[in-house]
Amino acid sequence: MAPTLPVEQLDSVPVGRSATVVSVACDRATARRLMELGLLPGTRVDVVRVAPMGCPLELRVRDSALSIRRVEAARVAVQLLPEAAPVRPAVSPSVGHAAR
Amino acid sequence: MSQPRVLLAGNPNAGKTTLFNRLTGSSARVGNYPGVTVECSAGTLRCDDTLSVTLMDLPGTYSLSARSPEERVAVDAMFASGEAAPAAIVVVVDALALTRNLYLALQIMETGLPVIIALNMMDAARDAGLAIDSDLLSAGLGVPVIPISATRREGLPELRAQLARTLHAGGAAGEVPVVRYPGAVEAAVATVTPAIAAFKPDASPQAARALALWALLSLGDDELVAIPSALRDAAASARARAEESATDLDQAVIAARYAFLEEVVESAVTRPSAQRRTFTDKLDALLLHRVSGFVVFATVMYVVFEALFSWSEPMVGVIEGGVVSAQDMVNAALPPGALRELLKDGVIAGVGNVIVFVPQIAMLFLMLGFLEDSGYLARVAFLIDRVMARVGLHGKAFVPLLSGFACAVPAVMATRTIESRRDRIATMLALPLMSCSARLPVYVLVIATIFSGEERVAGVFSPGALVLFTMYLVSTLATLGAAAVLRRTVLKGPRPALVLELPPYRRPEWRTLLRSTWERVRSFLVDAGTIILAISIVLWALLTYPKSEEVHARYEAQRSELASVADESERASRLEQLDAAEAGEQIRKSAAGRVGLAIEPVLQPLGFDWRIGVGIIGAFAAREVFVSTLATVFGISAGDEDATPVREALANASHTDGRKLMTPLAGLSLMLFFVFACQCMSTIAVVKRESGSWKWPMLMFGYMTTLAYVVSLAVYQLGSAFGWGLG
Ligand SMILES: Nc1nc2c(ncn2[C@@H]2O[C@H](COP(=O)(O)OP(=O)(O)O)[C@@H](O)[C@H]2O)c(=O)[nH]1
Ligand SMILES: [Mg+2]
Repeated sequence: MAPTLPVEQLDSVPVGRSATVVSVACDRATARRLMELGLLPGTRVDVVRVAPMGCPLELRVRDSALSIRRVEAARVAVQLLPEAAPVRPAVSPSVGHAAR
Repeated sequence: MSQPRVLLAGNPNAGKTTLFNRLTGSSARVGNYPGVTVECSAGTLRCDDTLSVTLMDLPGTYSLSARSPEERVAVDAMFASGEAAPAAIVVVVDALALTRNLYLALQIMETGLPVIIALNMMDAARDAGLAIDSDLLSAGLGVPVIPISATRREGLPELRAQLARTLHAGGAAGEVPVVRYPGAVEAAVATVTPAIAAFKPDASPQAARALALWALLSLGDDELVAIPSALRDAAASARARAEESATDLDQAVIAARYAFLEEVVESAVTRPSAQRRTFTDKLDALLLHRVSGFVVFATVMYVVFEALFSWSEPMVGVIEGGVVSAQDMVNAALPPGALRELLKDGVIAGVGNVIVFVPQIAMLFLMLGFLEDSGYLARVAFLIDRVMARVGLHGKAFVPLLSGFACAVPAVMATRTIESRRDRIATMLALPLMSCSARLPVYVLVIATIFSGEERVAGVFSPGALVLFTMYLVSTLATLGAAAVLRRTVLKGPRPALVLELPPYRRPEWRTLLRSTWERVRSFLVDAGTIILAISIVLWALLTYPKSEEVHARYEAQRSELASVADESERASRLEQLDAAEAGEQIRKSAAGRVGLAIEPVLQPLGFDWRIGVGIIGAFAAREVFVSTLATVFGISAGDEDATPVREALANASHTDGRKLMTPLAGLSLMLFFVFACQCMSTIAVVKRESGSWKWPMLMFGYMTTLAYVVSLAVYQLGSAFGWGLG
């Protein structure tokens, strides 16, 4: 992915698009929970749908469907992937080693 | 003889319950982990002819890290010492979400305890075109991996055989996976490891390292108790040091584990070249759609409600009939006297008070189990979370709250599906305000007393229907308001984020559903039932004793006079009237009657007199008992089916100064009192059972009674001051 892609918030990713997580800046307990569920910097996330009342969101992360509220999604920074990216790649892009 | 212990761990929805039932058959028993309200099932598993083990079910969890005492159960079970020390751990892993499921397995493997991975859902994985090489997976992880399908019983003999091999090998610890943690993490682990001795003294060096990682992830913002301060300090200083070098320890640890797992999984898994739209995707397009989604939602909720409200009715009728025939049998078998009354009106009626809840509990848990195991319950939370979040509750609180309209007892038990303890207790304490079906007879009695039935408001609405609707509206608003207040006061805390997994839709198994339903019923009968029975008997005694000999002698004299009445049926009906009249006088002399009289000055500002007070005391057994208690107080022979005599007595009753008792205003005040008051011992007993302490039911009783008193007082006093409803 090009390093020039702008960073935005996960809650502004349009439904049907995918993005790569840049950082998870929720409160510690929530961030830890999300990361332990596999939502880590470097992970690919698909925004599947928004609940009919506008909140929460349904995400696809590492082969499972996760739902989080908008407030939390707003604290997850992502880079939008180009639209052509295949839905769900064979393996999500490598996490890379954490403490760079 | 004590058998070796084997723990069963796994993510929620990985198939743990199904596998547990398959492996243990009918030997399973449910208990509680010491000190917390976390359930644990244990059963016997025969590995081979010579070896049987006790299989213990750990709570379903995505990780071992813990913030609350409930989440710590898994770690404590793994590091238990002596008899309770586990010989091995079986981790159930969902093949369809392999990497995430292996995260928990990896944490457990790091402890050095012998681990076997049960790779479940292999049937579904095959259907999805996923090929998993379990040998490569096993080689990469360094532990045995047995592919299984719990529902289809595939791979279970192999799993038993592997367990036997592992245990016969003397539980020699397997290789510990080498996760390459960055330097900052290793430094932090080195700081914390020495302090582990104060926490788990028996831990092996390997286990101490794993516990150090656990402490680094868990401590800091937690609510854990009994953590040695040396360990807390060590973890805090390690975190502070890492922060100086701009390392987020949590992220560094978790990312290193995922990096390890991805490498292993990538080598062992071949995915289908093209992604098909799964069954779950197609169904979600319908069930989470903004129109069809809500149509299905409303239909499902209606069915749940209808089942609770009406389908359980015939069974309740059978139970009530059974209670009456048991009472008749005692009546026939024993001579009149205190013993007969105790058995008949105390014990048998009390047992009836307990088992009358069983149909509703069974019904709710069958349906709840179906919704949960099929995956729809998570969708319910997804659809309705927006509304629940407004009052600080979890989306999963919706079904319990709705069930509260039928009966708070099963509804309180249904809060178990909510993971966070704070959310669960807030839901439990608020939902008894939902207007349950036992309040209906009280509303109906009062409405029938104060309105004629022919009046109309705005030409169409009968005032009774409007008032009834208002009661339901008030109760719903009060419930949501109470939840919001509770979450901001006594149950204040960081608003837990909604992190909800939407599992794939799966077909639930009847056997599993029936079994867990029976467990719920059994634990209700044993734990809450005993409390309900005890209170029933105490209440009966309060309403019956002491008896006045003087009153009794007077009525006996009148009875003997009746001997001269020739007509058989005439005499029987006169006798019945005498019995009722005596009961009415006796209840006034009873402890409850005296309490009613004593608290009359407190009740009068609400528009009630002592008779209503006694009715309220009696209603503590169950709200609908209000009607029959009033019948006794008014000296009417109790006709259960027909409340007309009570209604007439109530309509004609007046205060000692001659004012009419049941003015529309007093009736409104009485109904509102019943909306808010916690007039139900069974709710209290079940909240004690589910929250694990008396503190929460006491708080609930306190706030609800206060609310009831204040609201009724305000309505009656304001109403009187403005001069309406005194007619
Ligand atoms: N297709 C399939 N479904 C399964 C299998 N094991 C369990 N299930 C289903 O998955 C759902 C969740 O299972 P359950 O045992 O309740 O999971 P738990 O949450 O880990 O206790 C239920 O509907 C089960 O019937 C399996 O091997 N294959
Ligand atoms: Mg289960």
